Amino acid sequence: MTSPSSSPRHLVVVGGGMVAQRLVEALRARDTAGRWRVTVFAEEPRHPYDRVALTSYFSARDPGELDLGDPALWDDPLVRLVRDCRIDSIDREARQVTDRSGRVHDYDELVLATGSSAARPPIPGNELPGVFVYRTIDDVAALRGWVEAKREERAGSSYDRPVRGAVIGGGLLGLEAAGALTALGAQATVVQFGTHLMDAQIDLGGGQALGRLVNDMGIAVRVSTATKEMRPARTTGHVGRLDFVDGGRLDVDVVVMATGVRPRDELARGAGLPVGERGGAVVDLSCRTDDPHVWAVGEVACIEGRCLGLVAPGYAMAEVVVDRLLGGEATFPGADTATRLKLRGVDVASFGDAFARTEGAMEVVWADPVAGVYKKLVLSDDARTLLGGVFVGDATPYASLRPMVGRELPGDPGAFLLPEGSSGGGAAGIELPDEATVCSCNNVTAGTIRSAVTEHACTDVASVKSCTKAGTSCGSCLPLVKKITTTELEKAGIEVSNALCEHFELSRAQLFDAVRVADLHTFSEIIARFGRVPAAATHVPDDAAPAGLPAAGPGRGCDICKPVVASILASLGNGHILSGEQAALQDTNDHVMANMQKDGTYSVVPRIPGGEITPEGLLVIGQVAQDFGLYTKITGGQRIDLFGARIEQLPQIWRRLVEHGFESGQAYGKSLRTVKSCVGSTWCRFGVQDSVGMAVRLELRYRGLRSPHKIKLGVSGCARECAEARGKDVGVIATDKGWNVYVGGNGGFTPRHARLLAEDLDDETLIRTIDRFLLYYVRTADRLQRTSVWVDEVEGGLDGIRAVVLEDSLGIAADLDAAMARHVDTYEDEWRAVLEDPEKLKRFGSFVNAPTTADPDLAYVAERGQPRPATTAERDGAATGAVLVAGTTLEVRR
Amino acid sequence: MSTSTMGIEAAAGRPEQGVETVPDTGTSWEPVCRVEDLAAERGAAALVGGRQVALFRLTDDRVLAVQQLDPFSGANVMSRGIVGTRHGVPTVASPMYKQVFALESGRCLDPVGFLPVLATGPDLATWPVEVRDGVVHVAVTSPAPATEPAP
Repeated sequence: MTSPSSSPRHLVVVGGGMVAQRLVEALRARDTAGRWRVTVFAEEPRHPYDRVALTSYFSARDPGELDLGDPALWDDPLVRLVRDCRIDSIDREARQVTDRSGRVHDYDELVLATGSSAARPPIPGNELPGVFVYRTIDDVAALRGWVEAKREERAGSSYDRPVRGAVIGGGLLGLEAAGALTALGAQATVVQFGTHLMDAQIDLGGGQALGRLVNDMGIAVRVSTATKEMRPARTTGHVGRLDFVDGGRLDVDVVVMATGVRPRDELARGAGLPVGERGGAVVDLSCRTDDPHVWAVGEVACIEGRCLGLVAPGYAMAEVVVDRLLGGEATFPGADTATRLKLRGVDVASFGDAFARTEGAMEVVWADPVAGVYKKLVLSDDARTLLGGVFVGDATPYASLRPMVGRELPGDPGAFLLPEGSSGGGAAGIELPDEATVCSCNNVTAGTIRSAVTEHACTDVASVKSCTKAGTSCGSCLPLVKKITTTELEKAGIEVSNALCEHFELSRAQLFDAVRVADLHTFSEIIARFGRVPAAATHVPDDAAPAGLPAAGPGRGCDICKPVVASILASLGNGHILSGEQAALQDTNDHVMANMQKDGTYSVVPRIPGGEITPEGLLVIGQVAQDFGLYTKITGGQRIDLFGARIEQLPQIWRRLVEHGFESGQAYGKSLRTVKSCVGSTWCRFGVQDSVGMAVRLELRYRGLRSPHKIKLGVSGCARECAEARGKDVGVIATDKGWNVYVGGNGGFTPRHARLLAEDLDDETLIRTIDRFLLYYVRTADRLQRTSVWVDEVEGGLDGIRAVVLEDSLGIAADLDAAMARHVDTYEDEWRAVLEDPEKLKRFGSFVNAPTTADPDLAYVAERGQPRPATTAERDGAATGAVLVAGTTLEVRR
Repeated sequence: MSTSTMGIEAAAGRPEQGVETVPDTGTSWEPVCRVEDLAAERGAAALVGGRQVALFRLTDDRVLAVQQLDPFSGANVMSRGIVGTRHGVPTVASPMYKQVFALESGRCLDPVGFLPVLATGPDLATWPVEVRDGVVHVAVTSPAPATEPAP
């Protein structure tokens, strides 16, 4: 059974959850010599996914969004993932496992990572239709299907009341399930056996504060209540009522049981391995069972006498096993049982000795019942060393304080409980020691993050994340990661300010506000008012001739800040982009309103709203291309690009296009590009809404809107999504009831799927939602920041955007609406305006002393029947072979 | 496609780039345009003695001339770059790959990212310019090679 030393040994992992994923990832990262090949047997028919974020499946609806890590892991030749395959038995003698189809697989080492199953407490009626558990994507999908079906039934009946749901169990999972029911439009009641919610993590005071917050979300709570029986409804046989021990009753249409999990230790039991008192395969601190070739990690492992139902200790166990497999001596570092509840509107965290069980422990409590905030720190008897804490309603100090457990707090502990920003309050000032754990999901210390900056040249949070994995699982530590990264960069003297460039210390968003508030309209005014005056000691190159500029002045901008100012001025409605001083701010593309190509000629893209074009329109474009000898190509945005136009030809080409009703497509601008559409319900057999009509409407509304980066939209007429709208900044997908709108998608270097912002909107609400989303982006995004990145980085993320756009949480909606109305009212075709203005037309001369002479260096060859720029080799050969062709120099008037 | 010719002779007439061998035999000045024909902080191309030159008028009405050919792309586009300053020195950024050049010396201030495609290297040739009675004159002798990099 021993393999030859040259071929890799075989590791079998039973279970395909988060901990298994982490184990494989760690093994492949560390086993660079390829000593191990690994086979993972997963019972679920999918890749390992982020079970912690399961509730987000309700909003995202796309299981792919719960994927963990880099999917390329599963393409590794040394990794095999067998999905939908349960392992039924282990033969430890032969070192083999048998799957449910009876196939036998050899192993050298075996890891049990089977996790837990949701417990179904032995309450009579717990198998009735309509009773669910909350553990897997399939559970969640089944629950959703049930609630939606019940809602449909309701809608058809004479009495219209919401679907009533109950969750048995008021712990972390129960609250998540209740939040999920609410998100599905059902009423939810949480039935908790203990005295308060989350009684395993937080104390009574915190639990009461949490109860109030949960109530505020429209979720009812019954504590100290045991369920005696679940009774079927007479007509349907589905679950219909809960009877409580105290005699109370609750009518229900759906029940979720979230009373805990049970380790899936059947394999260990069947193989004769010892199991713990309350289940779980018993392992030592190296995560090894009694059998030296069998290991157990995650929730199925009974370590230090107990099973741990959290992902962070599971990850730690995975790392221990990998280290051991590679000959290391790692041991389990002890469980970090810190938890944080991620439910919209409710912020709860607990860590360390939350119940003050340490002898002599002292508690410092700060409570604000009106605001629904409860915070407690547990300190050692000298009130200096932090032992643990509970946060309800405001868990901002959690990220900074959790790593300080076991350490002396600097200053007055009470100060850490005051609201952030109050005088002397907040945990912002803490300097963490290097060995303090910042990201417990991935066990990353402050020191590791610091060395990512100092030794691995990471210069922003994104690179620190990918270098250290910090913040890549639950994300709760990201504010801290950002703070450490920034501090470290500052120490290293690396510029981390948001400064645009040497001329402006402000970020684009700050400059936008400053210009808007100060009501400035020219670059000269703006740089005089907000420009940065360089320090006297600034290094000046030797060839800095005594320029005609005051040496101490803020300078005259550069290719970074000038286009930014141009974009801001355009967004604030300052007339034509080439009017007055604005012309000098524009990048060449905006300046000549075309896209520069590699030989210095330009491409021309007329707007074709929604990709809908008449045969006459096609003929016009074709004729123009033919007359000017332009190369034509269909773009990805459903329009036609005409290449090879020389600068002095642009007005002639556009005169022809504008005469025939075309207008600028702004393909050159950081602005709305296109609204792509599928043909929709007007022609398509499957379409449920008129996607082309909506796309045309949206494109005509947002055309010319200047923004931090290009913006693309898409509209699909049904869920088949032929317009690939989820690859766009704003994607609109038709539903039976209206439109779903998704935001933050893009193609390009880092493709991203747009995420759901709102569902089933009617036309007017859809447009108002997109109006506000786009203008909020335009006002607050950084330079060249696409919506995908902005959605992640703007305050509150997608939820924050939803609050601003749908609920007007910042009170700016009226302002955004007015700004969009102004944009729509004042839109003019930039090209038509230029053609009517002789001053602006002057900019299109090829040479100031020979405005109609073509650049004599341009040369083309024909390829597949169209011109393309000649290569250097082709140019050099031109003296002997006559391969070069060219476009026309004179317009052929028909 | 249309077949009117333009390119063949033009390609052969592509200006010689590389070593300038003609000694400075005394400057003769070619009038090119009026100062008002140039927009402040926006370049314009000009044909001067058969060479393509990029003219830039600064906010103080000084006019500077550099080669129109972008050393990093080989396209005649320098006049279409964004004019600005770096540490107080007037500059132009290539509109193609965004390298920044000092307008007075022609020196490339950040020759990173791309290799120059021209044998003359990353810097721009410059020409003396004088404005007389509102008319921009450019010296038509050989352009001054870019100054040596500072030690």
